[in-house]
Amino acid sequence: MALVLELISWALLLAGSAFAVIGGIGMLRLPDLYTRMHGASVTDTMGAGLILIGLMLQAGLGLITVKLILILVFILFTSPVASHALAKAARGSGLEPELKGGEKPSKT
Amino acid sequence: MIFAAALLAILVTMGLALVRALLGPTVYDRILAVNMFGTKTVLLIAVLGFFTGRPEFLDIALVYALINFIGTIAVLKFLRYGDLGKASGKESEI
Repeated sequence: MALVLELISWALLLAGSAFAVIGGIGMLRLPDLYTRMHGASVTDTMGAGLILIGLMLQAGLGLITVKLILILVFILFTSPVASHALAKAARGSGLEPELKGGEKPSKT
Repeated sequence: MIFAAALLAILVTMGLALVRALLGPTVYDRILAVNMFGTKTVLLIAVLGFFTGRPEFLDIALVYALINFIGTIAVLKFLRYGDLGKASGKESEI
């Protein structure tokens, strides 16, 4: 049973690491701010979530798991709020998203 | 050791975010990159605690997650109003 938990935890940690690196590559290579936010949010949800859940399986029941759950909840709450504020501020300052074929984005 | 692999992946991601923060054409790209760098720092501290066998580091990670969020919002507010002390009135939408 302990070995099964260990293996699941390893798989989750590896998957989370892979998602983190993929999001980082997207952060570097995607063309404009609004698409880069997509790359950043991949690392914030899947990367952080999978890594923290993998650590929870390593820690077992106890105070450490409670702290890990708190960190996960904080990240899941604050990351969308920060992304929303960032997108709103960028759009408000006149930064327009790149569209296919060079058409103009509709003003909302 | 699986924690070492996770640490390495997180460090690589932090490096990529740092490159974007240095390159970033607009200031918002830099803010996004720094925000993501902070989130990865939280993960790095958590995994490092398990790597060295001292999970007490999680308290620091917890505090860092909150400070990171407040810092991002503060920088955005400063960019928009040029003043951190301005009360958010009707016209503010951030």
